[in-house]
Amino acid sequence: MMTMEQVFARPKSMSKTPFHYCPGCDHGVVHRLVGECLDELEVGDKAIGVAPVGCSVFAYDYFNFDFNQAAHGRAPAVATGIKRVRPDRIVFTYQGDGDLAAIGTAEIVHAANRGEKITVIFINNAIYGMTGGQMAPTTLVGMKTATSPYGRDAQLCGNPIKVSEMLATLEAPVYVTRVAVNTPANLMKAKKALKNAFRLQKEGKGFTFVEVVSICPTNWGKSPTDAHQWLAEKMLPVFPLGTYKDTLGVDKS
Amino acid sequence: MADKVLMKGNEVIGEAAVLAGCRYYFGYPITPQSELPAYLARRLPEVEGVFLQAESEVAAINMVYGAASAGARVMTSSSSPGVSLKQEGLSYIAGAEMPCVVVNVVRGGPGLGNISPAQSDYWQATRGGGHGDYRTLVLAPNSVQEMADMTIAAFELADRFRNPVLLLVDGILGQMMEPVQLPAPTTYDINQKPWALGNPNPRKGGRNLCSTIFLDVEQLEEHNWHLYQKYQVVTDEFAKGAYKHLAVETHAVDDAEIVLVGYGIISRILKTVVEKARKRGIKAGLVRPKTLWPFPSQVLADLAAKTKQFLVVEMSCGQMVEDVKLAVDGKKPVFFFGRTGGTVPSDFEILNEVDKLVRPD
Repeated sequence: MMTMEQVFARPKSMSKTPFHYCPGCDHGVVHRLVGECLDELEVGDKAIGVAPVGCSVFAYDYFNFDFNQAAHGRAPAVATGIKRVRPDRIVFTYQGDGDLAAIGTAEIVHAANRGEKITVIFINNAIYGMTGGQMAPTTLVGMKTATSPYGRDAQLCGNPIKVSEMLATLEAPVYVTRVAVNTPANLMKAKKALKNAFRLQKEGKGFTFVEVVSICPTNWGKSPTDAHQWLAEKMLPVFPLGTYKDTLGVDKS
Repeated sequence: MADKVLMKGNEVIGEAAVLAGCRYYFGYPITPQSELPAYLARRLPEVEGVFLQAESEVAAINMVYGAASAGARVMTSSSSPGVSLKQEGLSYIAGAEMPCVVVNVVRGGPGLGNISPAQSDYWQATRGGGHGDYRTLVLAPNSVQEMADMTIAAFELADRFRNPVLLLVDGILGQMMEPVQLPAPTTYDINQKPWALGNPNPRKGGRNLCSTIFLDVEQLEEHNWHLYQKYQVVTDEFAKGAYKHLAVETHAVDDAEIVLVGYGIISRILKTVVEKARKRGIKAGLVRPKTLWPFPSQVLADLAAKTKQFLVVEMSCGQMVEDVKLAVDGKKPVFFFGRTGGTVPSDFEILNEVDKLVRPD
């Protein structure tokens, strides 16, 4: 007789709330990976999340653990305050490119430089989603958005900012990596990266940073499939996947 | 009771915070409050606390937000331009109902102004300061002893009402040295707040959330009225005398024909003015608001029935004078005398103003 085994279920650290994200958005996938990693490391009941301003402002709705909803860009500062008070908790921020790479540049750089023992998940989809598709600090040169209708002009607005590469120049961070979830293979690598980051935090090693190159089908005006295609063709050459800092060599272990 | 010690105002705030159970301080350097972070940078590690110099006042207040949401007694301090930067965080902290203490050692403004003592942040402190419908409690000491006592009271009020409490001090008080008697230390446990993030004790609803977003307009309206009702409770409790020692001080007002009104360092100068005026046969009295919000309106309203006129003195172009006028409600004339830009008026020039008002010829 055949026995049945459940091989796929909602992670315990996630709630039963349906995602409010647009169809095809990567947020849901990354949320799930976060939930899976926290479950597998058995820290779901010890986690405290910090939600940003942006599409994932309601990230707290989808997890079962404690959350703080921070002001725009300030999540790393808020997470600093939380982690300093409760060093035994797994504290992470979840931020978009406008939040982290524009208004919150000072907060992310200095939290990383202090080596705050937190994990930062950085969703880089090259555009402001929630406010309606404006140019982000990571918008590609030539890319059309609501506030760069003729395409991003590097002479006028500079070039897309490469946060992982920047943070990797600092002494304190122990893990800085860039991943994507556009293919099953990349998704598995992204999960491994997230798990590495959370494990390093659990072991009290230091600041960990996972950038996820993502899509915005709605504001890019593309279907999810086309958007993932565009990500592979246009974004990955500018934001190459890979680990930029791995002080303890966890990627190889 | 401990013996009296000689301490500087800025430093005494730091020591009183430690005695109140504060173990977390986040701040950014600015004059004239520098002695306070320097004191805590030394002191907090001795009690296993955290002193962290932030990259900006914006970051510092958001660290305060995080630490407060995790259940700690936490403080930040700054001076006027820096406190402007903290207003974003203060709005979130007030909206999320997180307790914390914020010290403003006020200097001259607007803009960079100067580093001399001023009282020109009264409006910012008492009107919320940041965006949205909210209030912060504001305490205004006038001596080093009161800086100790009010710091401890600030932490208690913050926890009691789950609200930020501001300590509004001017640069003179911050720099002044006076004997002070420090109270006994309080023990504080970060797990005593059931709503705190990361609190391991079982709680209702499964998990704790610290948030200020209410997309549904009816929910936000409900939340704002909830905050309003809380502020009404604060106002009522102060009005009924629950915090008598904190609210207001009056001096020689019973027979006063002119009531002087001033807070902070000005109130000490006004006390001298009252004595000198009485020696000249002028029946002057003094009302000193010790808490600026909620404002001790009733005391002024009651005096409006008895006295002939009020003179409000501030180190600004006139900010608190508006609250005095609201309290007096047109029943008696309210005059103003101010020096601004970091200038401190002398008792002599204030006495001249009193003379002119009482003996116009």
